[in-house]
Amino acid sequence: MQFFYSGVTSGSIYALIAIGFNIIYNTTGLINFAQGEFVVLGGMLMYTTLSMFGLPMIPSFLITFITMFIVGIIFERFFLRYVRLKTETNLIAITIALAIIIRGVAMLIWGRDSLAVPPYVEDKTIPLIGGSMNSQSILVVFVCFIVALFLSSFFKYTKYGKAFRACYDDQIAATICGINVNMIRMFSFAIASFLGSLAGALIAPITFVTYTDGIMSGLKGFAAAIIGGLGSFWGGLFGGFLLGIVEAFFAFTFPSGFKDVFAFIILLLILFIKPTGFWGKKKAVRV
Amino acid sequence: MKRFFYVVFFVIILNYVANADIKLGAIFSVTGPASYLGLPEKQTLEMLVEEFNKNGGYKGEKINLIVYDDKGEDAEARKKFLRLIQNDKVIAVIGPSRTGASLSIKEIAQNSKIPLISCAASKMIVHPVQKFIFKTPQSDELAVEKIFDYLQKNGKKRVAILTSQDGFGDTGRNALIGESKNYGIEIISDERFKDTDKDMTSQLSKIASKNPDAVVVWGIGPAPAIIAKNYKQLNIQAPLFMSHGVASKKFLELAGSAAEGIYLPAGRITVVDKLPNNDKYKPLLLDYKKKFETEFKTPVSAFGGYAYDSFMLFKKALKVRGKDSSKIADALENIKGYVGITGKFNMSKDDHNGLGKESFLMIRVKNNNWEIVE
Repeated sequence: MQFFYSGVTSGSIYALIAIGFNIIYNTTGLINFAQGEFVVLGGMLMYTTLSMFGLPMIPSFLITFITMFIVGIIFERFFLRYVRLKTETNLIAITIALAIIIRGVAMLIWGRDSLAVPPYVEDKTIPLIGGSMNSQSILVVFVCFIVALFLSSFFKYTKYGKAFRACYDDQIAATICGINVNMIRMFSFAIASFLGSLAGALIAPITFVTYTDGIMSGLKGFAAAIIGGLGSFWGGLFGGFLLGIVEAFFAFTFPSGFKDVFAFIILLLILFIKPTGFWGKKKAVRV
Repeated sequence: MKRFFYVVFFVIILNYVANADIKLGAIFSVTGPASYLGLPEKQTLEMLVEEFNKNGGYKGEKINLIVYDDKGEDAEARKKFLRLIQNDKVIAVIGPSRTGASLSIKEIAQNSKIPLISCAASKMIVHPVQKFIFKTPQSDELAVEKIFDYLQKNGKKRVAILTSQDGFGDTGRNALIGESKNYGIEIISDERFKDTDKDMTSQLSKIASKNPDAVVVWGIGPAPAIIAKNYKQLNIQAPLFMSHGVASKKFLELAGSAAEGIYLPAGRITVVDKLPNNDKYKPLLLDYKKKFETEFKTPVSAFGGYAYDSFMLFKKALKVRGKDSSKIADALENIKGYVGITGKFNMSKDDHNGLGKESFLMIRVKNNNWEIVE
């Protein structure tokens, strides 16, 4: 059973990142490849405020979140806005470029070493049926569900949530209805960046934070978002946990060197059988 | 007037060349991803050369040290090595810092008959032996032998290994599997992990289910610290061994209390303060530590020690046979019993590293610090 808990631990991290991908996809139809870097920045800011400046926990969290919210705004306002030809490919290429820039800057500021952030809840092992989990990991899983619940109800039931979705469906129609599309695009990046920092801050005590972390966690989170179906928060959650558990299962049953191979074969299979992912939505197009 | 300046210029140049009689080259990764290796190496070497020149040099001739930075790139190291032998006409080269770079220039060094004393760890640099190629760090294989030696003495036979899926882990895994037979050790579980993995409890619970006498983890970076935490989480009782790759304060900081009780082989410089006073290495290590730390205001590391030993070996060879490249290589090959920072060097025709497994000490983490076990 331990592989299940191991999978849930890493799966919850993938899930949080997948949710970040979904927010931006849900409003702009873009894939933000700098999502992994947002996570790294979140962890590093937590390290700076909590370990370097020795601030208490709540102000540290607040500073991290507000900074990252602003980073998200700058990201969209200054970089994506001034692209001449706003095709999806161009914009996605820019997110990749920004990911590389953020990685470089993070390396210059925080250095190459891994940074350790002190635990938020008492660091202990929680025994469960047939295995055990760390108290920090349980916190991450818990937050995952809260975030997915909150976001999916926000997008489904509130006026603003509906405006976000309208932008995804048809930007011109949304503008005509009086929705400020520019603002919505900006806020979607700000929220995604905030969520990334939440993920980064939460996982930093478990996995530490290194400037190169964004590459692999971004990739795994993206895979999780695809498995669950882009655009669906519950899908992202499901995809993350599935990917984590499948990986851990293969590490447990087969020689563990091949676990990533098997995990990505599963990803391929899912895409063959159900190309939109488990909860993916189709855009209705009138012919 | 112009001609006058030309003449003065050439006189200065000639004068410079005439005075700098012994040209020693060095290539280190001073910047780039391996700067933690290259920087202390460069600092150490410059410090030693300065001291050597101040004390009169070799028969009144001073060493002119030319250090180049390969930025951690193999191609750059090649370029810099060619420049050293073609333009600067050095008689020997110390470095590079990294295995890849060392391997990429070893053929040219051998063909151009320039002694190369590498500061990189891989056994492949000096195996098979080539006349002009030497290295000062211990091979990873020696760390494995040290661990197995300790396990054998303590009657632990059934061992599980968990190695990282990168160059360091591969070397470790091959050595662990290869050496196990010589020590009568049975590898009962052979698991792998990626440096980017977030949780290793699946692999560890699989290992735990086989009930090993000891577990050996081979990796560097943050992943071994995560493993240490997972190990405590699963409450596995078998003693945990790690590689010399985690013998740093950083590891203790990351793993925190989870590091307690972990065994690892490490060079003497890591635990210099805890060495017994009769240890024959201690005075030398303390002397180097003091000099380095007062000069550069950073804690001393094993890496600077590789450059230290490289230079000392070069100096010995120079004193014995003079400043001819081939003669230096001959002399290097015959150095016996040199006690250096890394260990005791006994060079021979078949061994261009000259270190034995006693160049490692077995240490254990206690109260978030090191403790010498053996």
